[in-house]
Amino acid sequence: MTGVPYTIEVHELTKSFSGVVAVDHLSFSISKGEIFGLVGPDGAGKTTVMRMLAGVMAPDSGGAVVAGCDVVASPESAKQRLSYMPQRFGLYEDLTVDENIGFYAKIFGVKAAARDERAARLLAAAGMSEFRSRLAGKLSGGMKQKLGLVCALIHTPEVLLLDEPTNGVDPVSRRDFWCILYSLLNEGVTILVTTAYLDEAERCHRIALMHEGRMLFCDTPARLKANLPGAVLSIVTSQPREISERLAGQSGVSSVMIVGDGLHLMVGDAATLIPQLKEIIAAAGLSYESIEQVAPTVEDLFVEAVTGTMRGMEQ
Amino acid sequence: MIGRLRHMLIKEFIQVFRDKRARFFLFGPPIIQMLIFGYAATLEIKHVPTAIVDYDNSQVSRDLISRFTASRYFDVRHRLADSRQIAAVIERGDAVLAIQINAGFARRVRKGQVAHVQVIVDSSNSNTALVGLGYVNEVTGAFAGDYQLETLQRTSPLAIARMPKIVLDRRPWYNTDMSSQWFFVPGVIGNLLLVIVMTLTAFAVVREREIGTLEQIMVTPIRRAEFILGKTIPFFLIGLFDALLISSVGTLWFKVPLRGSLAVLTLGTVLFLFCVLGIGLFISTVSLTQQQAMVTGFFFIMPSIIFSGFGSPISSMPTFLQYLTYINPMRYYQTVLRGIYLKGVGLEALWPHLAAMALIGGVMLTISILRFHKSLE
Ligand SMILES: Nc1ncnc2c1ncn2[C@@H]1O[C@H](COP(=O)(O)OP(=O)(O)O)[C@@H](O)[C@H]1O
Ligand SMILES: [Mg+2]
Repeated sequence: MTGVPYTIEVHELTKSFSGVVAVDHLSFSISKGEIFGLVGPDGAGKTTVMRMLAGVMAPDSGGAVVAGCDVVASPESAKQRLSYMPQRFGLYEDLTVDENIGFYAKIFGVKAAARDERAARLLAAAGMSEFRSRLAGKLSGGMKQKLGLVCALIHTPEVLLLDEPTNGVDPVSRRDFWCILYSLLNEGVTILVTTAYLDEAERCHRIALMHEGRMLFCDTPARLKANLPGAVLSIVTSQPREISERLAGQSGVSSVMIVGDGLHLMVGDAATLIPQLKEIIAAAGLSYESIEQVAPTVEDLFVEAVTGTMRGMEQ
Repeated sequence: MIGRLRHMLIKEFIQVFRDKRARFFLFGPPIIQMLIFGYAATLEIKHVPTAIVDYDNSQVSRDLISRFTASRYFDVRHRLADSRQIAAVIERGDAVLAIQINAGFARRVRKGQVAHVQVIVDSSNSNTALVGLGYVNEVTGAFAGDYQLETLQRTSPLAIARMPKIVLDRRPWYNTDMSSQWFFVPGVIGNLLLVIVMTLTAFAVVREREIGTLEQIMVTPIRRAEFILGKTIPFFLIGLFDALLISSVGTLWFKVPLRGSLAVLTLGTVLFLFCVLGIGLFISTVSLTQQQAMVTGFFFIMPSIIFSGFGSPISSMPTFLQYLTYINPMRYYQTVLRGIYLKGVGLEALWPHLAAMALIGGVMLTISILRFHKSLE
């Protein structure tokens, strides 16, 4: 320990389900007031990590300390101080918005005055003030998710664990959601969030890329991008599949990924490669709108990291 | 502790009374089942559909037939001319019983010879067949006796006084009219409590697992005991309420007497509810979805009722099944219900049954609570 007070410390955490390793000797630390993103494809082990930190699932080995409480040795100890929002937040659909909030507030022993003040503020921030007497089951997907967050925050937790909180949520609700999260950081809340949206991951202070239970790397988004070997080229085209078949395996191109409006290529040296690629595409009789170097996204990082690991394994 | 439990209870009650299905469960089945068992289900067999073939066509044979038509146990629907028609009538289900009187019947009776009456019976429902045959026996026996008596009266009236006679003095205890309503109505209380309380309890927990609120609840500081009590107390109270509702209908509408002590009945009901809550919780610990809970519940409900003595008596079951009924709490509750309602017996006779329910309830609840973990997996 170097004296830095980490709010979440995970050490060699491991969990397997009937032989399948879901989380494999995972270690990381999160400081107070930090928002930390756990990014990875489905099945990477993100939810399992969350559950172990929340104290609802016992790890096979390793340790985890949350808000000063050892959640492996005594899973109940941190419950008053943390809040966990599962991938599918369990709202009582037959209770109203207010009744849902009231129930969680009472279970956590929040005093009525504090509850009313906080509920009003959180609901306003979520843009849901006028839906307080609506049944939770009658809310839209985004609203449900925001109500889940309000319920999770009603007891003023020190640590917030959010498992894919904005999955399937409309853009407006997503914006509200992140506004609330940033305002919490000012209150000193520590947030661990998992997400499959990579653009969202870029809003975190630090991100960790998870794949098959292990961490590929972990740093700030900016530093990760700076350390990315080579450059990212974007090809805007209506024939991404055909072009990607031509370019995959081309010398100097380390990976090809199909994105929304075309392709992203990870290349060694952009300046020399762009004219060569243009020739290849033209020779194949295919067309494109533009080829240019762009700033890497987290998605590029991820593809590079995963293909990099696989290349490493092949050797 | 008390605070959190209270809030858990408030939430449960709001949910129960807001849920249409649960609300129906509170009042629907008690009333429907009461009507079914009060009116439709009966052990008595009356109006057995009957066909008659009379080849004798004599005064004597017509006398015998008139006894069948006059009896409320028979409903003579068909007078057939040919015995070959019998098969068709029975196959169609138009008759369960066919009585054939052969030619020469009157002659043989008059001569004091053995006169045969042929009875053909559809025994695919063995109970009706058996009871129907019994009635035929009774009618023909009475007919023969009366005929004999008449003959004697004409020939040697003095001999009548010397004839031996055995008269059955029926004196049924407890249920003097032998009404099957009286028999069923107390039993229905047990069935309904089992079905309603067990399903509601199991569903309430499994639904939380299904919609994900259970995972949410686990990360709150709520204790296992608070959660379980919060889930069971509402259904315990609903069970008591339903018991009151059903027994009121039984007493006020069907006029089933409550002869024993209300206090002992309440004690028995409370102990039975412990057993049922234990089973409901147990089901919730082995089911991931409401559908699984439903199937598992069915697995408990059917044998509980069949092997309780509610319908057919335990003493007529195979011996090994009789032993099996000792672990069935419904068996004891049925004894307590009928004991208190119809026999008016009290603690001195029923305490072993009450103790058995207390034991089973305690074991079931302990197992379920131990199985219920405040964690996933
Ligand atoms: N309760 C469980 N039982 C069995 N296997 C599980 C369970 N939970 C997760 N897994 C497995 O563990 C791996 C990681 O799952 P999960 O943590 O849900 O990943 P993610 O949240 O990143 O999609 C997957 O292979 C998944 O099938
Ligand atoms: Mg997940």
